Amino acid sequence: MPAPSEEMMEAIAEPAVPEVSAPRLVGHRSVIFATLAIALVLPFLVQSFLTFQLTLVLVYAIAIIGLNLLTGFNGQFSLGHSAFYALGAYVAAMLMDKVNFPYAATLPVAGIACFVFGFLFGLPALRLEGVYLALATFALAVATPQILKLSPLEYWTGGVQGIVISKPDAPYGLPLTQDQWLYFFTLLVTVIMTLLAHNLVASRTGRAMMAIRDNPTAARSMGINIALYKSLTFGVSALYTGVAGALGAIVVQFVAPDSFTFFLSITLLVGLVVGGVGWIPGAFFGGAFVLFVPNFAESISKGLSGAVYGVMIILLIFMLPTGAAGLVRAVTQRLRGQNIR
Amino acid sequence: MELLLQQILAGLATGTIYACIALAIVMTYQAIGHLNFAQGEMAMFSTFIAWQLTQWGAPYWVAFFVTVAVSFAGGVLIELIVLRPIQHAPVLSHVAVFIGLLAILNSLAGFLWDFNVKPFPTPFGTAPLFANGFIDAHQAGMIAVTLFLLAFLYVFFRFTRVGLAMRAAAHDPVSARLVGIRVGWMTALGWGMAAAIGAIAGMMIAPVVFLEPNMMLGVLLYGFAGAVLGGLTSPAGAVIGGLIVGVIENLAGTFIPVIGGELKLTIALAIIVVVLVMKPQGLLGRPVLHRV
Repeated sequence: MPAPSEEMMEAIAEPAVPEVSAPRLVGHRSVIFATLAIALVLPFLVQSFLTFQLTLVLVYAIAIIGLNLLTGFNGQFSLGHSAFYALGAYVAAMLMDKVNFPYAATLPVAGIACFVFGFLFGLPALRLEGVYLALATFALAVATPQILKLSPLEYWTGGVQGIVISKPDAPYGLPLTQDQWLYFFTLLVTVIMTLLAHNLVASRTGRAMMAIRDNPTAARSMGINIALYKSLTFGVSALYTGVAGALGAIVVQFVAPDSFTFFLSITLLVGLVVGGVGWIPGAFFGGAFVLFVPNFAESISKGLSGAVYGVMIILLIFMLPTGAAGLVRAVTQRLRGQNIR
Repeated sequence: MELLLQQILAGLATGTIYACIALAIVMTYQAIGHLNFAQGEMAMFSTFIAWQLTQWGAPYWVAFFVTVAVSFAGGVLIELIVLRPIQHAPVLSHVAVFIGLLAILNSLAGFLWDFNVKPFPTPFGTAPLFANGFIDAHQAGMIAVTLFLLAFLYVFFRFTRVGLAMRAAAHDPVSARLVGIRVGWMTALGWGMAAAIGAIAGMMIAPVVFLEPNMMLGVLLYGFAGAVLGGLTSPAGAVIGGLIVGVIENLAGTFIPVIGGELKLTIALAIIVVVLVMKPQGLLGRPVLHRV
């Protein structure tokens, strides 16, 4: 097996693709609008189950963007994002189940709850670098299902049984099925969250985040408050994942402790690596991958999806550490007739 | 009082398993500077191999030693095939690869042997060891096997040339290479030994937690807690840390209502976070210094 060059390996910790040189497909903007147009008509063309699956792809994509902000742009590592996803999902489900909150209003609440929790978890995590942070977040992810099953909280969380939510109808008498409406609702949230992430990364704050990732010492000497930015990034990352969790709960209509095991964290990590670390649109490739490939693997044999995930992660780390981002960039450059470095 | 003593003994018994896993983690950490998140799944996979051998009619101890040998070889192979090529890669790549290994081993075990819970034989029996029922034969057996293993490792690292070479390679790879030690092979050897230790831990704990693909996730977390508590740079610390974590788990489960019983994994999480924040080097480890 050829040893990947160090330069290639660097690419994963370093800007897989820094935001400025994001892969510019032929006419960047036109591609975005074309994709969006396709996304808008798609639910009218496909069956409702596929619409449901596409909605889940978007949900995963939001969560992966959250993880990407943390890992790809700030260089912190988390195996514990299943915990934030679970918190978001449970906040939404409990609000709808116990106090009859409208479903759309649960998203900000779930986001804020996760931001606070992520920020607080990020505070001690400041002292933990690299592998220690991975360890602490790993412990968080493994412990989460047990916390959700805790019997004193059973009135709110529904214990092992979880909570069942009813599916919202399309408002204003729009001629849409429930699945279609949820798809458009999720699409709207996704577009907003993606734009916000894009702007965040392109802002002064985003540059500070990346400076911390690339060289903490240099960043500090330039006057960047590392502690503040790292905890804030942790909070924002948790917020994204929490909103995704809340959306996921609404779309699936069900939350239960065993949906949020450590394997959910693995799923998000796979999505991140497949999409490309440090490239926001990669989240959509990652989301599609983690939704459709395991289904396909399970159809061959139960229990095979984990193996596909594992093989995929290892192969990508070995051969294409930049994920879909690197692939898209290579293709664009070839189309433009440039030499690939 | 009697209950306290009984729980401490039972805690020490499970603590020996955590100590073994912690030891395997520390050996890998010493050799390559990374935490092996797949250590638990490697142990689980080894245990399934042992189970398969006993199903095929092998006597327990034959299955035991064959499994240890196979696991050793497997550990060496994983190091050579998967980790050698990325040895200079950043932390993210390593963590991702370990998570990949974890996922592969977990679902491969489920694929080959299905996800149903299986009983695993114990060679020691389950009768109480003494009339007062303080500790049963299997728990005593776990402690005895671990003590034997520790004695073996101590003698190996302290009194053999290979052991010395492995310590040198872990301590200072460059100087070790200059005096003619094959550092790469020492790393592979360390992986093999870590896998073998994990296999023993898996076979010892399987009669208690029963055999299934997810059986080691919680055990691995406790192993991490033990390793962090004792100090990731200290094998002796890892063993002590593992034992302490086992005792804490049992005492909390008995004497703290609800939380102790239902939040066992959260206790491990709390231990990890508190130790990493308060005293990152652990009880016996040395602090890590960075040159800026």
